[in-house]
Amino acid sequence: MGRTDLLTSFLPLHLLLFDIIDTVRALGWSGAIDLLRNGITLGSLYALIALGYSMVYGILKLLNFAHGDVYMVGSFIGYGVLTALGGPLSPKLALTPLILLIFLAAMLGSGTLGVVIERFAYRPLRNAPRIAPLISALGVSFFLQNSVLLLFGAQHRLWDPFDLGGNPARGVPGPLTSPVFTVKGVPVTVAQVLVVSTAVALMVALTVLVARTRIGKAMRATAYDREAAAMMGIDVDRVISSTFFIGSVLAGGAGVMFGLYIGDTYHFMGFLAGLKAFTAAVVGGIGSIPGAMLGGLVVGLAEAYATGYVGGKWSDLVVFSLLVVVLLVRPTGLLGARAIHKV
Amino acid sequence: MDGPDLPVIPERPDAVDRPRIGVDEWVAQAEGRREAYRGVSGFIRRGWTETPSALKLAVFVGFAATVPFYLNQADLFSFGIFTLLYAVLALGLNIVVGYAGLLDLGYVAFYGFGAYLYSFLSSTHSERIGTHTYHYSFHWPAEASIPTVVVASALLGLVLGIPSRRLLGDYLAIVTLFFGQAFVVFVNVADPLGLTNGPNGLANVDPLNFFGYQLTTRKQYFYFLLLVFSLVVVGLHLLNQSRTGRAWRALREDPLAAEAMSIPVNRLKLMAFAFGAATAGLGGTIFAAVQTGAFPGNFDVSLLITIYAIVILGGMGSIGGVVLGALMINVPFELLDPASDRLGQARVLLYATIIAILVAKVRPWARLGALLGGVLAFGFAVHAIVAAASSSWTAGTVAEVRGTGQSAHGFAAAVEHWVLIPAGHGRFGEWAYVGLIVAVLVVTRLRGLWRTLTLVPTLYLVAIAWENILAEQPAVTRLILFGALLIALMNARPQGLLGTARVEII
Repeated sequence: MGRTDLLTSFLPLHLLLFDIIDTVRALGWSGAIDLLRNGITLGSLYALIALGYSMVYGILKLLNFAHGDVYMVGSFIGYGVLTALGGPLSPKLALTPLILLIFLAAMLGSGTLGVVIERFAYRPLRNAPRIAPLISALGVSFFLQNSVLLLFGAQHRLWDPFDLGGNPARGVPGPLTSPVFTVKGVPVTVAQVLVVSTAVALMVALTVLVARTRIGKAMRATAYDREAAAMMGIDVDRVISSTFFIGSVLAGGAGVMFGLYIGDTYHFMGFLAGLKAFTAAVVGGIGSIPGAMLGGLVVGLAEAYATGYVGGKWSDLVVFSLLVVVLLVRPTGLLGARAIHKV
Repeated sequence: MDGPDLPVIPERPDAVDRPRIGVDEWVAQAEGRREAYRGVSGFIRRGWTETPSALKLAVFVGFAATVPFYLNQADLFSFGIFTLLYAVLALGLNIVVGYAGLLDLGYVAFYGFGAYLYSFLSSTHSERIGTHTYHYSFHWPAEASIPTVVVASALLGLVLGIPSRRLLGDYLAIVTLFFGQAFVVFVNVADPLGLTNGPNGLANVDPLNFFGYQLTTRKQYFYFLLLVFSLVVVGLHLLNQSRTGRAWRALREDPLAAEAMSIPVNRLKLMAFAFGAATAGLGGTIFAAVQTGAFPGNFDVSLLITIYAIVILGGMGSIGGVVLGALMINVPFELLDPASDRLGQARVLLYATIIAILVAKVRPWARLGALLGGVLAFGFAVHAIVAAASSSWTAGTVAEVRGTGQSAHGFAAAVEHWVLIPAGHGRFGEWAYVGLIVAVLVVTRLRGLWRTLTLVPTLYLVAIAWENILAEQPAVTRLILFGALLIALMNARPQGLLGTARVEII
């Protein structure tokens, strides 16, 4: 056995590194831009979901495991509206009102679901030991996932974004996949622009809501000190309900965007998306709204580049290592405030 | 515990809804003790707390030792072996969650690691990746492989624990959850050096083989598992009574105060992780030997939920509770196995459980009688009215005889005359399920007479949903039930069946 044989059999990581460099060279600049585009789109989805995690964590110090499944239910509601209006191949409405209607239904539906979950699974546990609501959240997540499996089955629902709004009988593709502009020969499609711009619009709206409105002020006060806020006459229950509503609305919107962009809805989609979005929230600094946005971008880019350069099967592990490294180096996240331990 | 001599604590005026926060722990436990001494359940509970632990273990082991004599091979496998295996796993999780209070959601990964490592050390497999063929053939005897697996699992627990030890409860939960996920990706997809044989898993694993004596029959495995279980129980009992056990409880109640009392918090967290992981690895070893292989699909989130349901149902921190939980979770789990064809027994168990919960919870007896009678009468009335309107709405059959051409008899036939089962039931079951969820949510918001009145149609909806949709997909149903159980227990009785009530002291 020669020296190289020894290397190939015992040091696959060493080979992997060469593979990665080769792939980077082969893909070139356009490949890198391609991945950048995918990463930004994916990242804005994660950021939207991460906002819900982050807001709830900021106010209740509760890790809402069920949030990913609210996103899944939002996607299902969107698909339900799409099929009720004729399905992706022959919708009864024009494309723009159809998409608006889908967004509206999914956001309201998942917003309501979020409020119901808070009311029945978390509110009775507000003064219980810390571990109780976490386990309850785990139960809600599992319950939602399997209820959807029971009611709708395990098959993937395909949104067919390629044909949506086009004329499949004549072979005319829909407008969602046509390019808006190109960067160095890499096309950026309508769906991608739609996802990123909707996400940005929602985040701007959220920032304005939290910074400028009365309810936003109440939210910040409640997050800062729940008891003091209650003493100042803030209806804490209502604030928490609205926080869940807003977070779930964003998750529902993300669910629809995933449908319009990737076009795949199934009962287990919330699990990994939820995990990655939570990673995004932690990487950015949990409890911080700009942090969630930044974290979403970082996670989305990490996943896209890992998929492109290392291979899809490693992407989850890369995101996981990213989480561990950030937690080790900066436990409060990139933009998180230093936590003060109150005794 | 001198129950009857407890001083009477005056009831507070806002006793119903007052937050259980800031209450002195002694007061809280005194209240718990007073509750425990009432009625039949109080009698049972007093018997339970006053029996010495060794006697309890002896009674359980003595009872379990007779089990192989009246269960056939298949039943011994699914009910006997798996109940004990789940009990061992739940005992390990109990160290991490129950004693030390760390929410470890990657626990199944240690179980999987144990199973894979044992399989790797006791099988032959080869795999071709690219141009290189990897070939592994180890056939270690069990007296060498079991200690190796246990020590390696404990080390893996330490490796996961070291970066996690600084994390607060919630971060720990997510890191461990990711770790569990990464483990499945690792063995299933990544498969470095052909170690884990990818999605095919490791098959044809040797049975356990001690000094040349092989365990081959299920009966032998059952007794071996019973021995392991007893050792783990004794070990954990001693550990719990020891200095370390007390330190863990202090850590669980208040890490900050524990640290101030010079308890080495980090080291204790790592120890809890290592002990839990070692127990899980041991369980995994036996699992791999019993099913002669380890496959990536064995270690998913649903197993995690099952083990959590066991620990939480029985009561976090209680060894007896964990065993009770393992029995109460595994029996319905196996009855609802789609391959086992036991839907009839599952149905009897379901209705019996509902009645038992009502008997335990609904007072006075007159109301209980009225409720049960009301549900029966309501069902027959609805059935009669719908049958008169359209006979096809009641022409359906129960799930286990559907499509077999047979007709139901006994209890199932009686159920067919009471529950609405439309012939081609289409979406009826799905609507019934959604309606059931809404009805349960409404019932939890109501009090007094209104609650009793709403319970009547709700209980009937349970029967409709069960017969029309849940019994058709038992594999999904059991997972839904565990999810619902976690939520319901956390709301109704966070300490589980045999745990002690805890109060957050601020």
